[in-house]
Amino acid sequence: MEPEAQGPSAIDIYVDILLLVLLVAAALVVVTLRNMLAAALVLGIYSLVMAALWVVLDAVDVAFTEAAVGAGVTTVFMLLAIAATGRHEKIAHRRPLPAIAASLAVGGLLIYGTLDLPGFGDPEAPAQQHVAPHYLEHGEAETGVPNIVTAVLASYRGFDTLGEVTVIFTAGMGVLLLLGIARRRREGAGASEGGSEGERDRE
Amino acid sequence: MTDNLVLRVVAKLLIPPILLFALYVQMHGDYGPGGGFQAGVIFGAGLILYGLVFGTHAVRSVAPPRLLAIIASLGMLLYAGVGIASMIAGGSFLEYGALSLDATHGNHVGIIIIEIGVGIAVAAVMTIIFCVLAE
Repeated sequence: MEPEAQGPSAIDIYVDILLLVLLVAAALVVVTLRNMLAAALVLGIYSLVMAALWVVLDAVDVAFTEAAVGAGVTTVFMLLAIAATGRHEKIAHRRPLPAIAASLAVGGLLIYGTLDLPGFGDPEAPAQQHVAPHYLEHGEAETGVPNIVTAVLASYRGFDTLGEVTVIFTAGMGVLLLLGIARRRREGAGASEGGSEGERDRE
Repeated sequence: MTDNLVLRVVAKLLIPPILLFALYVQMHGDYGPGGGFQAGVIFGAGLILYGLVFGTHAVRSVAPPRLLAIIASLGMLLYAGVGIASMIAGGSFLEYGALSLDATHGNHVGIIIIEIGVGIAVAAVMTIIFCVLAE
């Protein structure tokens, strides 16, 4: 919070603080809300704030993905899942003290771990010393693609991206095979279920 | 939601620009932010919006899940096929440089093709998941 940075970077710090406060507030609201529908919507807001943070960090490609996937599509998927299962969380009568203790312990360890990380944008950090200089210096000449993120994801790390697409493909096929076919079989078995299906559609 | 006039009109106005923007993100990923994954999600989001407002049967008539499963597989095959093609051309798997005499040119072409594969697969998978969940 110290305004040690002068000029244009001071506003960056205030924007960061504002966005991080919004982020923590959204996360706390999601945890405390009992209404799952509202929680899913607030989670969408969380993703949108996160996307704004990525923009502040100059990671526009990630911001793009976060806004489209996190705030957009995932929210719709969660709403559909809630519509299929029920919108109120079961109230736990026991206080989940061991779970809270475990979360606090792991969270504390993670924060302790960040103390050893190099500073933000530190040019001496190992991540900046390894292959990144090569990508930045020769990326455009080697791939003909000016957007270095695309060059790294699609060319230098093409095998990883193939794996990522395989994960998405497998997820889609899994949903189709598990839910799609099970549902079709159920509909085929009992035509009397048609009434309840219609009611669900109207919601 | 199908009866809401405002939603129907706004969705009809918004869906074509969303789909067009997805194609822009797909083709412009080399030069600006974006790429196949983001384009696929945006295209899928356009179809999902269509389904949310006009009902899943509307999406199913445009893009039946069975067809989408084939399209998603084609996207994957396109990506992996570029890898195989580079091997046939004398490089290693996914070494697009081998696709052309000029390595930079081959790399660029390879990137564009695999991004299209990613975009097709992601758009199809997003729409499949929506169609199945929304039933």
